[in-house]
Amino acid sequence: MSDSLFRARVRAALADETLHVALGRATAQLQARRATAFASLQDPAAVRARARAGKLAALRTLDLQLEEFERRLVANGITVHWARDAEEACATIVAIATSRGCRRAVKGKSMASEEIELNAALEAAGVEVVESDLGEYVVQLDRDRPSHIILPILHRTREQVGRIFERELGVDWTPDPAALARIARERLRERFLAADLGITGANFGVVETGTLCIVSNEGNVRMSSSLPRVHVALLGIDKLVPTQDDLDAALQVLARSATGQQSTVYVSLVNGPRRRADATPPEEGPDEVHVVLLDHGRTRTLAGETAEMLACIRCGACLNACPVFQQVGGHAYGSIYPGPMGSVLTPTMRGLADHAELPQASSLCGACKEACPVGIDLPRLLLALRRATVAEQPIAPTLRLALRAWAFVMARPRLLRLLRRVARVVAPHLARRGWLRRAPGLLSGWTAHRDLPLPAAQSFDEWWATRR
Amino acid sequence: MSAERPLAGDLAREPRPRVVQLFPTCLVNELVPEVGRAAVELLERAGVAVELPAGLACCGQPAWNAGFVAEAKAVARGTIERLAATQGPIVVPSGSCGDMLVHQMLELFRDEPRLAATARVVASRVVELTQFLAAVAGTFHLAAVPGSFRPAVSRGADAGVDGNSPAPGETGTSPPPGRTRVAYHPSCHLVRGLGVGGEPVELLRRVAGVELVPLEKSEECCGFGGLFSVKQPELSGAMLDAKCRALEASGADVVASCDSGCLLHLAGGLARRGSSIRTCHVAELLAAALPSAPPPLSQAPASPPAAAPPP
Ligand code: SF4
Repeated sequence: MSDSLFRARVRAALADETLHVALGRATAQLQARRATAFASLQDPAAVRARARAGKLAALRTLDLQLEEFERRLVANGITVHWARDAEEACATIVAIATSRGCRRAVKGKSMASEEIELNAALEAAGVEVVESDLGEYVVQLDRDRPSHIILPILHRTREQVGRIFERELGVDWTPDPAALARIARERLRERFLAADLGITGANFGVVETGTLCIVSNEGNVRMSSSLPRVHVALLGIDKLVPTQDDLDAALQVLARSATGQQSTVYVSLVNGPRRRADATPPEEGPDEVHVVLLDHGRTRTLAGETAEMLACIRCGACLNACPVFQQVGGHAYGSIYPGPMGSVLTPTMRGLADHAELPQASSLCGACKEACPVGIDLPRLLLALRRATVAEQPIAPTLRLALRAWAFVMARPRLLRLLRRVARVVAPHLARRGWLRRAPGLLSGWTAHRDLPLPAAQSFDEWWATRR
Repeated sequence: MSAERPLAGDLAREPRPRVVQLFPTCLVNELVPEVGRAAVELLERAGVAVELPAGLACCGQPAWNAGFVAEAKAVARGTIERLAATQGPIVVPSGSCGDMLVHQMLELFRDEPRLAATARVVASRVVELTQFLAAVAGTFHLAAVPGSFRPAVSRGADAGVDGNSPAPGETGTSPPPGRTRVAYHPSCHLVRGLGVGGEPVELLRRVAGVELVPLEKSEECCGFGGLFSVKQPELSGAMLDAKCRALEASGADVVASCDSGCLLHLAGGLARRGSSIRTCHVAELLAAALPSAPPPLSQAPASPPAAAPPP
């Protein structure tokens, strides 16, 4: 995506009043709830540090951890598949579905499946897919895309959701969230009972036990992973934590950061398929469990200066805290992962060439870093990507030239003093009441929104010289 | 966090530094020299001699934040070398330039051991102005700001041009006589970079005639972000609008901050909206509250004068 395309999206988002209302409401509420939830911890910093340490420990020896994880999964009766990219992952999951005669899939929320565009692949193979997370269900009905990694319809007001239901499901319009949820649940219930394939993501893979941990607030994940006879879990290779203890710390900060809860309502631990089909009372669970471990650019992120980014637990706190996200929402980024975390993840996973505009979409205010429960230094990573952009990508020549000229002058105090005198003669002719309302070149970006002050009649160092 | 840096901790202890180096920053030097003058006045009233190292211009931050390493180095190298040749604390009237000197320089020069060592030494001496003033606050007296305190936000004030008087048709209620309603804007790099949170507020509270008004979402970025403001004008402008709306809702007459970049951005935006809210560096406000007849520097009290309010 080019810079101008990005800025066009930004302009469109800024012009959308309804979006503005939805974003304002949601992000403010999420931030307030997060603060309260962390206040209930005795030592929030210590829990955050433990969560970070667990993720970093897994990343440090990721290859070994992955091998061990695979061994444990297999020992638990789970079939493991490796997928280098989106194509391999889709092909693997389609093959599992078709070879087992699965025709109806229910899905839990999974950003990895958005990454690889799994729904389209399954539907092309004749497998019907229905999203079972309420937000994702609305997105699917509306043929939309999630705009937030935790709350897919953060960009929608409840009034809009009512309209979507009215249009797509033929029900009466209502803006009442409880009524809307009831309607969705009724529709989804039929689909759950008929489904023969359950697809989920996973929040964590615990290496020492070969366990998948999937959290949700709606119970849909539990049903997706236990009702259908086949369960496929798709997870990025960055989802590992070494031990149960690490999982415990990660869960504590995830619930608080994501939704401001002490803990999520459902924490599903998947330890494998049901052992015996003929037990009485009958054991719950699918006949088969498959785990698809997805790379899709994650090893690229790991290899660079940005490795720390893979410690991300996808809580979305940095989105809610980001003043840019608050202004434009997720879609403007044109990236599956929006906000500060997406502005690091997407360019590193998918390549800087196509996403060089994302690291620029930040004022480097540091609110994301402060919010991040695993202490990822997002501004530092964004800066690293900006440096890589300057080094590797074609940059607007005007900017390059302007900065070169600026550096040349700033490194030469005497030249600076000379130019200052020139500016004092020229600028007042262009100014009104001491302010420039329009400036040329790069500075036009400034004067598009604000006036520009004139250079001081007497600079500080000139004043200093008169004092001595 | 800066509170753990040796210098910030040392300042609270005796004996206090007698001489400081002032790094005025390029914005203050060229665009808002009144901030530099205010800083000098405050420091001298605190009994500290101020020196201005020769040949300083800019810390290189605009290039560094845009990813232009060579350009940033070209500017920053001279700055840290000149600063390293001096003695004593380096006082900076800016949170973001302070953060550049304290944190970013080390990363900028990480592949050049000699300059990295210089940067480290400089970083250990840097202290933001209000951080310094708060630590030595007992040694100088703040009285009241003039009842009709109107900070200069625009150039030309020195030349006697009416560049900073309200535009015709400008609305806005005037403050009750003798009071100035001040909203404090905690700039991002000051708070989250240097960890300077309470110091400026603490200082402002000591000033009679200043009424601090709460500002909604005060710690949210104003949208300046250096070159971000010219490269992403739409985003920066939208963030600016949000901040201006919050300021208007706060009922403030003046928005005060420790970063001239944010202040120029806010002033430019407020001027464009025809708002009557003035921008002002915290140092200017504090300097306006200094009693008009200072004791000569040589007789400056080493301990708090009896009349000083408790810190
Ligand atoms: S970067 Fe941090 S705050 Fe953002 S989603 Fe990941 S874990 Fe959460």
